[in-house]
Amino acid sequence: MAGGVFSSYYSSSSSIMETLFQRTLEDLIKGLRLQLIGESAFVSKAIEEIRREVKSTDPHTKSTALQKLSYLASLHFHDMSWAAFHVVEVMSSSRFFHKRIGYHAASLSFHDDTPVLLLITNQLRKDLASTNEFEVSLALECLSRISTPDLARDLTPEIFTLLSTTKILVRKKAISVVLRVFAKYPDAVRVCFKRLVENLDSSDPQILAAVVGVFCELASQDPGSYLPLAPEFYRILIDSKNNWVLIKVLKIFAKLAPLEPRLAKRVVEPICDHMRRTGAKSLMFECIRTVVSSFSEYESAVKLAVVKIRELLVDDDPNLKYLGLQALSVIAPKHLWAVLENKEVVIKWLSDEDPNIKLESLRLVMTMVSESNVVEISRVLVNFSLKSGPGFCNEILGSILFTCSRNVYEMIIDFDWYVSLLGEMSRIPHCQKGVEIENQLIDIGMRVKDVRPELLRVARDLLIDPALLGNPFLHRILAAAAWVSGEYVEFSRNPFELIEALLQPRTNLLPLSVRAVYIHSAFKVLIFCLHSYILQSESITSSFSDNLVLGVSELVLKRNMLEGSDLTTCEAPSAHRSEGFNPRNQSYEDLSIENGGDRTINDGQTSTRAFSEKNIFTYESIINLINQVELALGPLTGSHDAELLERTRHILCFIELIKGEITECLVQKGKTLESEEMKASKIIKLMSDAFSEELGPVSVSAQQRVPIPEGLVLKENLDDLETICADIQVPPSNLFSLGSPYYGEEVGVSPFGLQNKEESEPSNEATFLLTEHRKLHGLYYLASEKNEIVGNDYPPANEPKLQDNPKNDTEDLVKLTVQSLATNKKPNHAKTRPVVVKLDEGDLVTITAKRPETKDDLVSGAVREVLLGSDTRTATSQSNPSDKSSSKRKGKEKLNVDRSELKENLGDSETPKQENPSSRKNKHRTIGKERRHNSPGKIGKEREENGQKGKQKSSHRHARHKARHRADAPLNVVSQTPVIPDFLL
Amino acid sequence: MGIRFILMVNKQGQTRLAQYYEYLTIEERRALEGEIVRKCLARNEQQCSFVEHRNYKIVYRRYASLFFLVGVDNEENELAILEFIHLLVETMDRHFGNVCELDIMFHLEKAHFMLEEMVMNGCIVETSKSNILAPIQLMDKA
Repeated sequence: MAGGVFSSYYSSSSSIMETLFQRTLEDLIKGLRLQLIGESAFVSKAIEEIRREVKSTDPHTKSTALQKLSYLASLHFHDMSWAAFHVVEVMSSSRFFHKRIGYHAASLSFHDDTPVLLLITNQLRKDLASTNEFEVSLALECLSRISTPDLARDLTPEIFTLLSTTKILVRKKAISVVLRVFAKYPDAVRVCFKRLVENLDSSDPQILAAVVGVFCELASQDPGSYLPLAPEFYRILIDSKNNWVLIKVLKIFAKLAPLEPRLAKRVVEPICDHMRRTGAKSLMFECIRTVVSSFSEYESAVKLAVVKIRELLVDDDPNLKYLGLQALSVIAPKHLWAVLENKEVVIKWLSDEDPNIKLESLRLVMTMVSESNVVEISRVLVNFSLKSGPGFCNEILGSILFTCSRNVYEMIIDFDWYVSLLGEMSRIPHCQKGVEIENQLIDIGMRVKDVRPELLRVARDLLIDPALLGNPFLHRILAAAAWVSGEYVEFSRNPFELIEALLQPRTNLLPLSVRAVYIHSAFKVLIFCLHSYILQSESITSSFSDNLVLGVSELVLKRNMLEGSDLTTCEAPSAHRSEGFNPRNQSYEDLSIENGGDRTINDGQTSTRAFSEKNIFTYESIINLINQVELALGPLTGSHDAELLERTRHILCFIELIKGEITECLVQKGKTLESEEMKASKIIKLMSDAFSEELGPVSVSAQQRVPIPEGLVLKENLDDLETICADIQVPPSNLFSLGSPYYGEEVGVSPFGLQNKEESEPSNEATFLLTEHRKLHGLYYLASEKNEIVGNDYPPANEPKLQDNPKNDTEDLVKLTVQSLATNKKPNHAKTRPVVVKLDEGDLVTITAKRPETKDDLVSGAVREVLLGSDTRTATSQSNPSDKSSSKRKGKEKLNVDRSELKENLGDSETPKQENPSSRKNKHRTIGKERRHNSPGKIGKEREENGQKGKQKSSHRHARHKARHRADAPLNVVSQTPVIPDFLL
Repeated sequence: MGIRFILMVNKQGQTRLAQYYEYLTIEERRALEGEIVRKCLARNEQQCSFVEHRNYKIVYRRYASLFFLVGVDNEENELAILEFIHLLVETMDRHFGNVCELDIMFHLEKAHFMLEEMVMNGCIVETSKSNILAPIQLMDKA
């Protein structure tokens, strides 16, 4: 039909033949619907046609071709940049309907780099000045889409004229275009701003809507500059009956209020009035949003807003629900009570069917987390995640991980709980947070010494479960677990099972990088076993025969215990021997306890360990172990992965090295063949020492402290490299960063750690036995042991029947969470918080404030000038923009001279809006600045008066001087005031 | 800039009208529309009409077989945009009389014309139905 309509318009003027045989847009659309040859084939045929038709000299044929092309470009993503010149031709057509097609095509396809843009300036100028208001609209519409700095500069005078035209249709569009013109050519502000402001007084609702919209956008970029207009906005807020306008004005006030407390005080009541009275949900919601974001210190307003939010939250409309939740999360940081008051509803929506609502609700639940309830909330959420779909499950896990690790785990008191939670999270079927969990497991291991025994237990449980190896999302976690098992093997009750787990056949399911970690960890565990065995046999020997052996064992023991201590101590064994205690018949256990004093965390563990070691490390078990490792690693010597191959070789060579000797010396145990024994054990000791070097967390800024070696070029442009390597996959980087040992905090480990370990020891023993038992009778147990701890009223998550009635789940969830969220609940800490290693500055996240774009600076600078300085520039510059820019440049030079002075003054002025170091200055500004130098406090009032006057005054050059003189007058009278006129305050 | 784009998409995910208030290349537009359509059309009536996408929000509403999707800045009032969509549909309804997908398909330039009267440079400038339709009626008579 459209085509039909158009062809009837054109038929008179176009050549009959071409019109008859050309397909109209309507034909094209119909053809597209009915085509049998495939859309792309049809379209490329059509494009071919268009290419031919668009060259026609007949304006009708040409414009119809362009219309079809625009259609295909807009809805079928076809390039039309090739037709740019034809677009310009059609734009210049004298017939409105052709022109319209041309303009539409231009706004669709032109952009800053379109070369033909240079050709349309005059056409636009002509159309902007047209007497046909629809042509003017077309030009304005087009300008709002494609204007470049050049176009904006050249057409500013035309826009200026249109800003006060009597044709409403045109004026409102001109007002909207101003926004784009300002953004592209900030100097236009000096020309047009005054007229823009005048439109705020317009009685026409259409004009008002347009101009308020523009100020809303301008104020969102730099609110400070528009404070002087607050009275106008206030009047609109009170008088306007148009909800669209009110919403925009509220947005403006939301930006202005934080800058000027007295303004906020003044407008908060009218806003509340609107909130109470309005029937429109959109306006009410805007009031709520304004209050929660910018008026949060006004108690009564916030209370009213929270009441209204509640109404939204309990509404059936999902839209209102969602917005209610959003408003709550805005206010949560400042008024947590608002969230707590609504927690039942919030938690209820955690199981809403809309993922967006669930997500908002989850965010809110996370804001309620505190030290005292983190355990309960995490428990509830983890259980809830088991019942959620993969997406939301990971959202939940992600937010738990994020919240708990915030500020170096400041919320966590019981780290044993947290690491077991991490272990539990890893086993959730949908869990895809492998990388995050991996990082946290390792990070906690390095930072929190007291948690290492539990960490090792968690790692062991993960490693030992063959089912987990098949899940690719868990591989990173398993890598972390493997690393933990190697690094903290000293806390293991049974290192043999670790080796077994690390070398189990199913590890071939792992990616090579993870496998390499497994093998290396197995190496560490192996060394540990051998070393322990030697210590043990030596201590046994030593109890029989003293002298040298005891000395050695004592030395070794010391080395082992003083993990992370300098290797140099080992090079001076004599010193150790002489200073060490000398109870000749002391047994191994006693020694270890004595020495353990150096490392507090070892204390609780050592005795048990020594106890178990005695039973575990027998000759047979060691030989078995070695054979087992050899057997498992043998096939890997044929691996093609360098990393894997190398690590395997390391172990095998090591075994080769010691095997013969250790067998021998072990056989001759007790016969004191010292030289032999020494050789094997020396190697083992050396390795053990190497591995006992403790790894600490590394400061983020550590790299910066390393001086750059001379001759190293870091800033070379490596762009070329990128193109070369574009399709090369980056090999997985090292899984763990090895930091230097951390000495600083180690000394100051709290004595509480000691107590804790001793207290928790029996229960650990119990859990150990329990898990052992579970392993044997796994079938009869529910998967998660933690459920028992939470309470009997909440059934274990994995129970299958529960999944049948999700409704019940939700209710339970609500009930339980409500309990756990009870604010008055006192934290019941069984343990004191262990020391968490923090690095002085490395963990601080430095947030660099984003500098606003220069363009905005320029706009707001100009706005300030117009509003605060004088309006005189407007009149002069309006007539001649180029003159304008030269004077601007002059101003800039001055600015450079005075910059330092300006900076000083910045400190003096109370409100930030008064001076903007990056804004442009003209002469006028500079003068004002000098005055300020004399008396910084007075400038505000003076400005204000200036601005006030300037608004009514017609502007001429001599008037400017007058204004300045007048402004000088109150200099001695007034004290420091911001720029808000008094009648508002 | 308030509104960044307005899309009308049918149930099958075919775009019937696309109006952007900032320049995007064809590839950007194709990707954007693909992502948005996938995100929004998968949602049901019981779910809310707001979707966060990249760094802005999409407010959408379904009328019969047609989805109206409006991309807005984060600052924008979602409910006001819903009202705007409704106003747009009412306006088209008044002009076409019980508007349907085909009306928009075959009178695309008129739909654009209405939008141009309502929205300028991403700002809503006109909310009166008769004001919006006045120029079109004038031109129809011409």
